[in-house]
Amino acid sequence: MNLKNLFKIAVRALVRNKLRAILTMLGIIIGVGSVIAMLAIGQGSKKKIRDQMSSMGSNMLMVMPNFQRRGGVSLGFSVSQVLKYSDVVAIKNEATAVSEVSPEIRASGQVIFGNQNTQTTVYGVTEEYLGIRKLSMKSGRIFSNIELRSMAKVCILGQTVVTNLFGADTDPIGQSIRIKNLPFLVIGVLASKGESGFGQDQDDLILAPYTTVQSRLANIDYINSIYISAASEEKSPLAQSEVTEILRRSHKLKESAENDFRIMSQSELIQTVSSVSDVMTYLLGAIAGISLLVGGIGIMNIMFVSVTERTREIGLRMSIGGRGKDILRQFLVESMMISILGGALGIVFGFAVAKIAGSLMSSPTIVSTQSVVLAFAVCFMIGVFFGWYPAKKAAGLNPIDALRYE
Amino acid sequence: MANKIIEIRNLRKDYHVGEVTIHALRGIDLKIETGEYVAIMGASGSGKSTMLNILGCLDKPSDGDYWLDNVDVKTLDKDELARLRNQKLGFVFQAYNLLPRTTALENVELPLFYNSKIRSKERKERAINALEAVGLADRRDHMPNQLSGGQQQRVAIARSLVNDPVLILADEPTGNLDTRTSFEIMELFQDLNEKGRTIIYVTHESDIARFATRNVIFKDGKILRENMVTDRQFARDILKTLPVENIEEFDV
Repeated sequence: MNLKNLFKIAVRALVRNKLRAILTMLGIIIGVGSVIAMLAIGQGSKKKIRDQMSSMGSNMLMVMPNFQRRGGVSLGFSVSQVLKYSDVVAIKNEATAVSEVSPEIRASGQVIFGNQNTQTTVYGVTEEYLGIRKLSMKSGRIFSNIELRSMAKVCILGQTVVTNLFGADTDPIGQSIRIKNLPFLVIGVLASKGESGFGQDQDDLILAPYTTVQSRLANIDYINSIYISAASEEKSPLAQSEVTEILRRSHKLKESAENDFRIMSQSELIQTVSSVSDVMTYLLGAIAGISLLVGGIGIMNIMFVSVTERTREIGLRMSIGGRGKDILRQFLVESMMISILGGALGIVFGFAVAKIAGSLMSSPTIVSTQSVVLAFAVCFMIGVFFGWYPAKKAAGLNPIDALRYE
Repeated sequence: MANKIIEIRNLRKDYHVGEVTIHALRGIDLKIETGEYVAIMGASGSGKSTMLNILGCLDKPSDGDYWLDNVDVKTLDKDELARLRNQKLGFVFQAYNLLPRTTALENVELPLFYNSKIRSKERKERAINALEAVGLADRRDHMPNQLSGGQQQRVAIARSLVNDPVLILADEPTGNLDTRTSFEIMELFQDLNEKGRTIIYVTHESDIARFATRNVIFKDGKILRENMVTDRQFARDILKTLPVENIEEFDV
């Protein structure tokens, strides 16, 4: 029997049982559709998180004090006072793979303007901080070197602080606000960055010269952390090792001593988050894959029923000259048609679901070519795999018994 | 001299059911020539069905020789037997065995699907010709459930004719039909036989067997007797004598 006849016979057999073929297909459609949709949602949210983290600066390094232990007791981060401004200077002077360095000193407190007030965090930084954190000015100016050195009481506001204190009508620049009861002159406003990937408001902040925050607001002689920008993302690991070396030297750590600081790189963080969302994606995909498997078993089930129900047809086909392999092929082609057609419809269905889910969750969904190819290949294999056994059973029937089957 | 279609020598068929051996056929010798119209008769368990299965190359004898159209069937494997069935034989069954939800034309086309040499155009032409030969050309697009029992059997006969077989084998072809319709089917068979078709059919009704040219009677796995039909009847004549009442064909 040639291929054309084979397909014609299989198509006729499926058309004879339209409803059953469609219902069987439905299992595959839902299976493939959910695999594609789930992978698309997973990929989309991974991309969204990555993009957001990259927007914070993919070549950013953060140096923080390490856990301090005294006599085996962990004292936590807050009491660590190991980082000094001299470390910032040392890094700036010595590290080759570093383009920008800024200290960060945090102080939180009440901020007041007129009859409005808000609670926020004041970051004591240098002007390089903006470049490292990918912050940009919406209006006004950055504080000058003179203001840095003279501990000038000037500040730059984030958008949320502006909204909370001034509302929409007042231009904050040139106004005087009180931070922890000290008057500060507003010299600039930051462009809005929106929420971070973790749902944190990135606009709820005030920037001020680190000198001012250190001595006037926080009253400390150390700094909380150091923000570094590597010359490029590729140089990020080199910058990390340089900074480690410089800090170990300036902290006079012995060969055997542990680092008293930690360096976190944004690219590592992105990788970590990416791998977490990969795991999520695979998990979603696996759950959807199970439904695809169930769909495949549905095909096998229907093919078995079909073989039993059509025993006399099989006997007839054998008596008029169908060989065992013709019968085998016919049933195999039937099951493959169900699975492949179901797969094709499932891909369309998956696209639609991904699109709808994307607009509902207001996050992009990415239907990757691989997932489509994979789903299709899996369908093909399901057709062969789950069709084989019933087809084999049909082909092995004895024509005499099959013809008499009631 | 007429050509021998079937030559069987000392054919035996044993079935093994558990430890018991059943001798279904115990030494059959039979010759059938081209153009014969043979009725095989016998009671249940006489071996006539087994004989028909072997004649139809659906089953293989345990012992003995069988030549079908000068082909030694014993030497063929399963696939070759299938090809032999496809090209030399036509089957008609008691229960018609038409594919449901499939038009008459497509049912008739079916055997030709298993012959890869035949293109779809020729397949259709031959199927239409076969339907014409059984007088159902106007029913080609009807489904089996839209046809009466007699019409369904005619479609089945068209299907058995479509591959232009050397031999048509019919297993109780009138078993599910009422008297008048049975005669109509017999009339069709006689017409085909007059045009040169060799036909063998199995029946247990002696009045149906009288339409044949020769009767072969089986008993206990052996041929009890063979005789030429002397008082041969023609279905055409009998049908003329039957009153054409409102006898609708019906299924049993």
